[in-house]
Amino acid sequence: MLMCEQVSLDLGPNCILANVNLQVAAGESVCLVGPSGCGKTSLLRLAAGAVEVSSGHMKNHFRTTAAVFQEPRLLPWRRMLDNIALGLKARGVNRHERLARARTLADKVGLAGYDQHFPHELSGGMQQRVALARALAVDADFLLLDEPFSALDVGLRSEAQGLVQCLVVDQGIATLMVTHDLTEALRLAHRVVVLSGAPGTVVCEHRVSTPFAERTPAWLYEEAGHLLRQPVVQDSFLFHPDSEVA
Amino acid sequence: MGSLIRTVLGWGGSLTGVLLFVALWEWGSLAYGSFLLPGPRDALASLLTFAGNDQLWAAVWATTWRAMSGFAIAALAGVGLGLLAGLSHTLGRALEPISTVLLGIPPIAWIVLALLWFGSGSLAAIYTVVATTVPVAFAGAQIGARTLDARLQEMADVYLVPWPMRLWDFYLPHIVSYVFPALITALGVAWKVTVMAELFATEDGVGAGMAMARVSLDTAGAMAWIVVIVVLLLVAEHGLLRPLQKKIEPWRQARGPMPPQ
Repeated sequence: MLMCEQVSLDLGPNCILANVNLQVAAGESVCLVGPSGCGKTSLLRLAAGAVEVSSGHMKNHFRTTAAVFQEPRLLPWRRMLDNIALGLKARGVNRHERLARARTLADKVGLAGYDQHFPHELSGGMQQRVALARALAVDADFLLLDEPFSALDVGLRSEAQGLVQCLVVDQGIATLMVTHDLTEALRLAHRVVVLSGAPGTVVCEHRVSTPFAERTPAWLYEEAGHLLRQPVVQDSFLFHPDSEVA
Repeated sequence: MGSLIRTVLGWGGSLTGVLLFVALWEWGSLAYGSFLLPGPRDALASLLTFAGNDQLWAAVWATTWRAMSGFAIAALAGVGLGLLAGLSHTLGRALEPISTVLLGIPPIAWIVLALLWFGSGSLAAIYTVVATTVPVAFAGAQIGARTLDARLQEMADVYLVPWPMRLWDFYLPHIVSYVFPALITALGVAWKVTVMAELFATEDGVGAGMAMARVSLDTAGAMAWIVVIVVLLLVAEHGLLRPLQKKIEPWRQARGPMPPQ
């Protein structure tokens, strides 16, 4: 599992995160929401081990951690299958086997028949699916997702969410996902964590106990409305004229 | 079929340009007389004469190996130093002014220095080529190494990509995409500078041929040598470097079917 205890992060003179407490249990799907600039991505980078905490403790006990970024971050000079197999190549899996596994995953994310395409020949949504397949390829038990669908339009985003639900959440892979879309969080999470303020800190946690199958669009909007009625959540999400002046 | 037609049209377009140029040349020759501006047919006749007495092939060979060895040395040294300068800021700051100075010195000045240092001969020509093309290769490699994508590197960190693989899969392809255009420019410079150096410094080669043509007021011969050097440059670029680039960078040309959204 992932444990953050009183984690703070300073980048230069700026304090990005202060006293963040957060846990992600095995198989649990946690969504981080909050206004832009509150340190969601920084928290994800801490979890990925890309940066070190300034104070507090951050322990990642998961066996393998993988990530899907806001942009696909594919290698433009490698074909689709080689991009999926990147993590396997880094682990020394031989070419034949890693391509076979990449092909299976390409099928699962709906990209069969695009094996030999270069990333720039694929659409944005397809590139993001390649990035998801690349993360799944290393057989991770913990997946970090940083607003992976924010660049997609509504229909594609819903499709991608469905894919994450069936390939990640239902498979018991623990996730920590950043999003600014409350309905997206409610659709995919066991628990929604609201991060807010400068420096960012956890202001609210909301456990979602409704089974995934019962999370219809109508339910999502209703639940988002419930959440937004709480003052802390409202403060961090809704437009408030006073702060604009200040 | 479509691609065949496109190829034919592409070649046809280039051919039209070449023929237009030759027609202008012919027209100029008719207007100014064949002493000042010999026509394409005169140049061709001279070229055949050179080819007949073996002068042509000896000159082509001499110029080619000088240009190519100078180019190869410059490419290796320039790319090597450029990579180091791109990766280390300190080294970059130290080497950049040197590169600028080298770029600023006119090739003709290098030839004079080379003649003083090495005397006349191939070495002077090769040295001049190296001195003038090193900064070009250097600049390309430096920019390539400096513009490595930090986001891709973060991705490499997350996926625990080991160093040799980073070099091969992340750094090299990116750097190559900057180095190749620089090398193509450097190659053009290399041919021109070789011919110029040969004009002063050697007894054989295309440049020496041009010097002979000048002494004997053989304008048609000079024209013939110009044709030779242009053909050599085109062969080196389109017969060697471009195919090599296509081989190394297939992702640049790839045009698959448009993906559905």
